[in-house]
Amino acid sequence: MSISGCFLILFLLFHMSMNIVAIFSGEAYDAICAFLGANWYALAGTLVLAAGVLVHIIYAIWLTLQNRKARGNVRYAVTAQEEGVSWSSKNMLVLGFIVLGGLLIHLWNFWSKMQLVEIMGGHEVTLCNGDIVSPTDGSALIQYTFGQWYFVVIYLVWLAALWFHLTHGVWSMFQTTGWANALWYPRLKCIANIVATIIFLCFAAVVVVFFLRSFGCASGICI
Amino acid sequence: MATLDSKIPQGPLAEKWSNHKAHIKVVSPANKRKLDIIVIGTGLGGASAAASLGELGYNVKVFCIQDSPRRAHSIAAQGGINAAKNYQNDNDSIFRLFYDTIKGGDYRAREANVYRLAEVSNAIIDQCVAQGVPFAREYGGLLDNRSFGGAQVSRTFYARGQTGQQLLLGAYAALNRQISKGSVKSFPRHEVLDIVLVDGKARGVITRNIITGEIERFGAHAVVMATGGYGNVFFLSTNAMNSNGSVAWQAYKKGAFFANPCFTQIHPTCIPVHGDQQSKLTLMSESLRNDGRIWVPKNKADVEALRAKKKKPSDIPEEDRDYYLERRYPAFGNLVPRDVASRAAKERCDAGYGVNETGLAVFLDFKTAIARLGEDVIRQRYGNLFQMYEKITDVNPYHEPMMIYPAVHYTMGGIWVDYNLMTTIPGLYAIGEANFSDHGANRLGASALMQGLADGYFVLPYTIGDYLSHEIQSPKVDTTTKEFDEAEKSVRDRIAKLFSIKGKQTVDEIHKKLGHIMWENVGMARTAESLTKAQEEIRALRKEFWADVKVPGTNEEFNQELEKALRLADFLELGELMAYDGLNRNESCGGHFRTEYQTPEGEALRDDEHYAYAAVWEYTGPDTEPKLHKEELKFEAVQLAQRNYKD
Amino acid sequence: MNLKLKIWRQKNAKAKGGFEMYHVENVSPDTSFLEMLDILNNNLIHEGKEPIVFDHDCREGICGMCSLHINGHAHGPDTDITTCQLHMRKFKDGDTIVIEPWRSAAFPVIKDLAVDRSAYDKILQAGGFISVNTGGVPDANAIPISKKDADESMDAAACIGCGACAATCKNGSAMLFVAARVSSLAKLPQGRIEGARRAKAMVAKMDELGFGNCTNTGACEAECPKGISIAHIARLNREFLSAKFED
Repeated sequence: MSISGCFLILFLLFHMSMNIVAIFSGEAYDAICAFLGANWYALAGTLVLAAGVLVHIIYAIWLTLQNRKARGNVRYAVTAQEEGVSWSSKNMLVLGFIVLGGLLIHLWNFWSKMQLVEIMGGHEVTLCNGDIVSPTDGSALIQYTFGQWYFVVIYLVWLAALWFHLTHGVWSMFQTTGWANALWYPRLKCIANIVATIIFLCFAAVVVVFFLRSFGCASGICI
Repeated sequence: MATLDSKIPQGPLAEKWSNHKAHIKVVSPANKRKLDIIVIGTGLGGASAAASLGELGYNVKVFCIQDSPRRAHSIAAQGGINAAKNYQNDNDSIFRLFYDTIKGGDYRAREANVYRLAEVSNAIIDQCVAQGVPFAREYGGLLDNRSFGGAQVSRTFYARGQTGQQLLLGAYAALNRQISKGSVKSFPRHEVLDIVLVDGKARGVITRNIITGEIERFGAHAVVMATGGYGNVFFLSTNAMNSNGSVAWQAYKKGAFFANPCFTQIHPTCIPVHGDQQSKLTLMSESLRNDGRIWVPKNKADVEALRAKKKKPSDIPEEDRDYYLERRYPAFGNLVPRDVASRAAKERCDAGYGVNETGLAVFLDFKTAIARLGEDVIRQRYGNLFQMYEKITDVNPYHEPMMIYPAVHYTMGGIWVDYNLMTTIPGLYAIGEANFSDHGANRLGASALMQGLADGYFVLPYTIGDYLSHEIQSPKVDTTTKEFDEAEKSVRDRIAKLFSIKGKQTVDEIHKKLGHIMWENVGMARTAESLTKAQEEIRALRKEFWADVKVPGTNEEFNQELEKALRLADFLELGELMAYDGLNRNESCGGHFRTEYQTPEGEALRDDEHYAYAAVWEYTGPDTEPKLHKEELKFEAVQLAQRNYKD
Repeated sequence: MNLKLKIWRQKNAKAKGGFEMYHVENVSPDTSFLEMLDILNNNLIHEGKEPIVFDHDCREGICGMCSLHINGHAHGPDTDITTCQLHMRKFKDGDTIVIEPWRSAAFPVIKDLAVDRSAYDKILQAGGFISVNTGGVPDANAIPISKKDADESMDAAACIGCGACAATCKNGSAMLFVAARVSSLAKLPQGRIEGARRAKAMVAKMDELGFGNCTNTGACEAECPKGISIAHIARLNREFLSAKFED
């Protein structure tokens, strides 16, 4: 879990820096999108990334099944929260499913309209409102998506779940690989919170900024 | 009829063990594989013996009543283990450890055994370190020592306040290694209920599976009892709840002699009794006396104020405190041996200076030590003990002194063994607290761990070979013989009888009565009158038990009441023998204090002319008096003298 | 104090268990929790009912025999103690106390509140030792060990094998127990020699016995009566991974 998790965190950091660009310059963002279109390296990267996600999910489910079996059939009638134990650490699978759900929506929102279209050889995408955009025009898609309030809500919930998931996941990664000790726990947990918060804020910033911009131009794409 | 032959080797004291080892027989590896040994108990003695015998190649079966061998009560020893390493350069030596132990035992132990104990003590520390026991260390990386009662040198090795635990985990690890190799087979939650003799030799045991109640038979060429002490005869003691004297008692009834049963150690530093609902007393390590000072108020007015909770102990100024151990024993101060410290506490409380509501408590104060060393050092040394005290009493010992009172802790008496640790039944061995051999009338602190491991690692594995070398022709023990039939039947009958009584009193209620009789009459101070009274009362209580005990449930299940009832039935006989022995010994020595025999200063007054012997009792039948054998104690290396801890 | 007790009763390993309600009266706040159960059992025997089976022995917090899950906490609602050191002053008059056995597939209930923890023995038999025979070892002071290492080793060695870690862990994982032993020996030069073999063998045995996987919740550390840190789990992970790399 820690290795695949580590890989996914690195991807998130990369994705995040790319998104930040969109706030400042749509064209620059679109250039990156074009760069990461249906090119062999981007495709390879996508496949590796998908594999990473799959490994992370399958392994998580497998471990959870094992753990449920190890826990036994009869459960405690009374359980209490242990002191100092974070809520997220005990709910990683639930958080993971929320993250996965968000991811699927996200893939439908963006990837299916961008890289997938390119792979299929398409050159234009028709949006639900009838607009037609190029699959490399990522900034237009962003504006379109976050112009709809319910996507904003869904994305913020998704990112919040990701925040909880990461606050445990990041320091836990070090623990599992043995790179932790009593001295470093407070530091690692602090680093985990910082990383999770940066990722949350940067992704959320894109969502919120584009949502606010959508009030500036009621419909369509205006950057 | 067995007779006493202590088999002490010839030659000078310091050479006896080497000479003996050189002359006893050994068993070849091929023959060891054919020999079976049963070890009962997995404390320091049992675990170390079973592991060492397994390493040698014998087939070992080891039994314990707990759910894991690691839980035997050796685990609760706190303070440390003695060894004559002289790492502190304070002029310690094998002889000095031997001498302190003999003197601490008030000259009622066998010289040759004690010397051997001191001799192998150093190898124990080496062994434990090699096993990974994390003893306390100095900053330079070498082992640290602390002082203990009855010694003027620092020779006690320790692992915080959990030395017994760490040593036992070492022995248990060695045992686990043999279990994984298959040379030792472990039977946890199995209680041995009888020893089986064939042709006068110990040849097996009858056990009860504690979970299923199944009665099983196991045969072997030799049986080792490592079953600990019988302090629970007092009901309230520092022993574990399940500690019992039953295997020793069954062995006694089968012909193993019982030596010095009245020698009981009352430990001076235990948490006082709080009420009649209590089932267990908690020890506070003797190591606390290194830095703690024991006192009661000088003035009765302060005592009253403390009892009424109008004053806190810290309110009483230095000049109004009576540090009675330092006053009475200037040379050893708070580090006098346990029996002396216990009696001194009793003396103060009897005089009306007891500091709690029951009047049965004195203070153990760390104020001076904290002022001298700082709270951090004290926390490092005794942190876990202080925490334990606070959890139990709700008093923070960093701010207010601990309250302590003596409690039953250890039994020096036990099954008589010769120099080879064999009982009067051939092939039956007794090691550790279960035997009588090394501590005389009083055991020094940190010596129980030493004895358990000495017997198990370095003595028994040698001496048992001498016996087994004569057994190499004996085939596997057949457990279908009439001897096993009879033993099993007697066990089943005993169990059936207990269930058939269906009386009105629970086992614990009768046990509490026994404890009360023992504590009042066979406790810290005994008289001819009290000991006679105890015998009568115990006999009456025994009748009451067999007429009125209530044991619920059946044998064929996990039945803790049945376990307790079986053990109590034996305590009800053992208690009487203790009183009988105490009455026979018309002197005071070590933990055996007969009020009639004391010096003008109130110290134990020995009678070496008439009682320099181990009183060894032979069972003669259920309603007849035991027969006394005397093992005369000859002292060659030490001069018998009145113990002096004053100067 | 008067208390209501909701206690798990189960005839034997195969029987189906359930809760039963009991009352105890006039319990002194200075009584220990197990003494309170002694009182209850004594009453039950007089009433002709079967007393409650629970494991206990030393009653001073070191043997690791006692094992109750009280009001949702292993060893009850106090920190750094075992059940036998828990005192009734931690409860209020009139409280209802729920008492359950350890719940973990690897610790099946034997009867009432007693469970089978022999799996822990088996894990230690797989490698929780240093392979030295009795005798023939060097002088105890031949290998200096830094105080820091000896202290850390002792921190881990304080484990009493009670099972609270696996019983508390939502995954039924025994990692803290295994880690305590591996880490304690790994901190000592004597123990390092077969460190790799030990870590692999013990982890393999733990998995084989059906314990769950560690997800670093830290619940074990919070409920451990000896306060053993999950830093030892990190050390076990380090030992285990480096042992795997060596293969």
